[in-house]
Amino acid sequence: MQNSTFEIRGMRASYGAKEVLRGIDINILSNSVTAIIGPSGCGKSTFIRSLNRINDLILNFRVSGDILYHGKDIYADDVDVVDLRRRIGMVFQKPNPFPKSIYDNIAYVLRIHGIDMREMLDEIVEKSLRKAALWDEVKDNLRQSALTLSGGQQQRLCIARTLAIEPEVILFDEPCSALDPISTAKIEELIHQLKQNYTIVIVTHNMQQAARVSDHSAFFLMGELIEFGKTEDIFTKPADARTEAYITGRFG
Amino acid sequence: MLLKRRALLKIKETLIEGLLFSFSLLSVFTTLGIILVLFFETFEFFKEVPVLKFLTDTQWTPLFINKHFGILPLLSGTFLTTLIAILVAIPVGLVGAVYLSEYASLKVRNVVKPLLEILAAVPTVVYGYFALLFLTPLLKKVIPSLSGFNALSSGIVMGIMIIPLISSLSEDAMRAVPMGLREGAYAVGSNRLQVSLRIVLPAALSGIIAAFILAISRAVGETMIVAIAAGQQPKLTLNPLVPVETITAYIVQISLGDTPYGTLEYRTIFACGMSLFILTFILNIVSFKLKMRFQEVYE
Amino acid sequence: MNRKLLNKRLDEGFNILGIASIAFGLIVLLVLIIDVFSDGAARLSWSFFNNFPSRKPELAGILSAWVGTVWIMAITALIALPLGIGAGIYLEEYARKNHLTNFIEINIANLAGVPSVIYGLLGLGLFVRYFNLDRSILAGGLTLALLILPVIILSTREALRAVPFSIREASYASGATKWQTVRHQVLPAAFGSIMTGVILAMSRAVGETAPLITIGALTYIAFLPQGLFDPFTVLPIQIFNWVSRPQKGFFANAAAGIIILLGLTLIMNAAAIFLRHHYQKKIRW
Repeated sequence: MQNSTFEIRGMRASYGAKEVLRGIDINILSNSVTAIIGPSGCGKSTFIRSLNRINDLILNFRVSGDILYHGKDIYADDVDVVDLRRRIGMVFQKPNPFPKSIYDNIAYVLRIHGIDMREMLDEIVEKSLRKAALWDEVKDNLRQSALTLSGGQQQRLCIARTLAIEPEVILFDEPCSALDPISTAKIEELIHQLKQNYTIVIVTHNMQQAARVSDHSAFFLMGELIEFGKTEDIFTKPADARTEAYITGRFG
Repeated sequence: MLLKRRALLKIKETLIEGLLFSFSLLSVFTTLGIILVLFFETFEFFKEVPVLKFLTDTQWTPLFINKHFGILPLLSGTFLTTLIAILVAIPVGLVGAVYLSEYASLKVRNVVKPLLEILAAVPTVVYGYFALLFLTPLLKKVIPSLSGFNALSSGIVMGIMIIPLISSLSEDAMRAVPMGLREGAYAVGSNRLQVSLRIVLPAALSGIIAAFILAISRAVGETMIVAIAAGQQPKLTLNPLVPVETITAYIVQISLGDTPYGTLEYRTIFACGMSLFILTFILNIVSFKLKMRFQEVYE
Repeated sequence: MNRKLLNKRLDEGFNILGIASIAFGLIVLLVLIIDVFSDGAARLSWSFFNNFPSRKPELAGILSAWVGTVWIMAITALIALPLGIGAGIYLEEYARKNHLTNFIEINIANLAGVPSVIYGLLGLGLFVRYFNLDRSILAGGLTLALLILPVIILSTREALRAVPFSIREASYASGATKWQTVRHQVLPAAFGSIMTGVILAMSRAVGETAPLITIGALTYIAFLPQGLFDPFTVLPIQIFNWVSRPQKGFFANAAAGIIILLGLTLIMNAAAIFLRHHYQKKIRW
């Protein structure tokens, strides 16, 4: 039986008066890729953004329930959010490299966590860029502005940035929706390689992507978790009629 | 070791936030300071001069032997110069704004707008010089009875100074009016003038009036132009051709002199300052409320 | 048919009227510059820069005035920049939306509209008298700093607001604290715009006359200030002094002083606009 990195019970979330998640119970398993699928507006992004508490930045956001990370509630009063986000990294839908050089995009993240010796920085920058399959393309231009990279390269840079501090979990919020098919393929392959060492949760509205990339899938609809199980099972023999309707493209 | 670093980081964060917060509180203390300073000195002033006298006496002669402390002459000086300024600035500024917003091409706008802003950036002493030594002699050729110091020149130049204020703010108000409103009118065959005057202007009206009031407030508070070119003779009059004195020019006049601290004469500048502060405060609030109402509709 | 023609004529007429209004403003500016130059160019010379004021117009110079201006600008900047930018950062990045924040914002908006001479009265009552600083450079610098503080705060906030939220989001998601994000991501990105706002505020301060006269800056100074507690004069006050003299000879001096003041203001404004352009080109979101 695989370990659970996250155990979630009764999770509810709302923006002001609008309730977006209505009681989610789910276990995210370690060292696997869990895909969150469902039509727009079903709460997938809200769900994943609550796991690293990046939703704290949104003014009228409220969340309740038990969201346990290695047995501890991440919303408890004594939780150090900064440390939480070091262990749970996030890659966003629209690539958001810092307006700095490629090197500094990664070095910044290291410096804020207290690593600032030159030799160490160089080493970790190279290691992260290799892990993100970007090193060969940028190794001669590390001082160039990150904004000169293509969309796919920028997104891989953002992944490298996240990997640099060795998180345990990586959350991907529709990472390929702004990218072309070739970049998408590269990133999907990357995710496949990463899963050996990281726990990955990926939100995607692309069902084929979910089928290609994930081990487990969770189908969300209107703020509820309809079905969760092995990706194989969800896609070939879904238990719920709504799941089947979504998978076969009858809506969404 | 890691724990200690994180604890230090947290302390640093809290200290920085506290420091920055105290900086922002400074603005509150500034307002408090202004109110206290003005209030304290004005309070002492009114111990010797009855408020009614201050508000109704028609002479202002604090430095003469026969002292009068009526603010009306200074108010009329301020009023007269402001009125002239507005009569210059509003037509030119508003027409200019309509032109820039509804008629001019993007290229023209991008060149003209910064140039007009230069008018606002010229230091007011320069305008004072211009009013006294260029405009007054020029106007004297047309109006021989014009005195060397008068409200007309200084009013006109003040008006020129605030043209960019009116044109810029009015244009902002007009551009906030949605394109859809205009398109509807153009689609039924209106020309630019009709759309500007009948659709855009009424829609942007409260924003434009907010701009006018702000300009009035600016003119009321203006000091150097009137100190140089309007004169130092407080007079209750509406004649723009004679010397007058505004509230602001009086404050400068006393500050340049030898009036000793703590005397009644010294306190007159604070009584004037208080009146000025209240006047501009009311104008600013009205302008702000109007602007809020305008933004509610369009944003 | 007749109506249509009338409307067309009116429209064309207004077009011309609009151009005339714009031209009016620009022509006045041009006339002003030409007038000042023709009045004062003759007076400009090396000795004009190096002389103290004097009873003879030909000998009177702006030495004490421009040195005083430099002193005052330095003190004003030293005080206003950290306070103003810091307050702007707090209000834009840290403050929560509560009554206190609202109150502070209202205060700042109000202070931006208070006439400059009232700041002079504040400086007189508070710095000159209550803190016993007398009519010194320190008192002048403090007064001007308070005057331009609201402007700096407002333009800093605008500059910070222009930085896209995604930058902050990416930084927080990497596990950065608020100050780390502000210091390393937001501030560098907003730097150009903040500097533009600062330079524009300072160019306004350079031409301010009324508040400094009110705190007692002298109009005839024949020595250079040696320290923060010395009396002083500034360029606009010297100009004012010359314009107010009955002897016509001094008018040329005033004009010459104006040329220098305008030149200074123009350079600062041009620098600000150049900065804004330069930084807008560098950061392509």
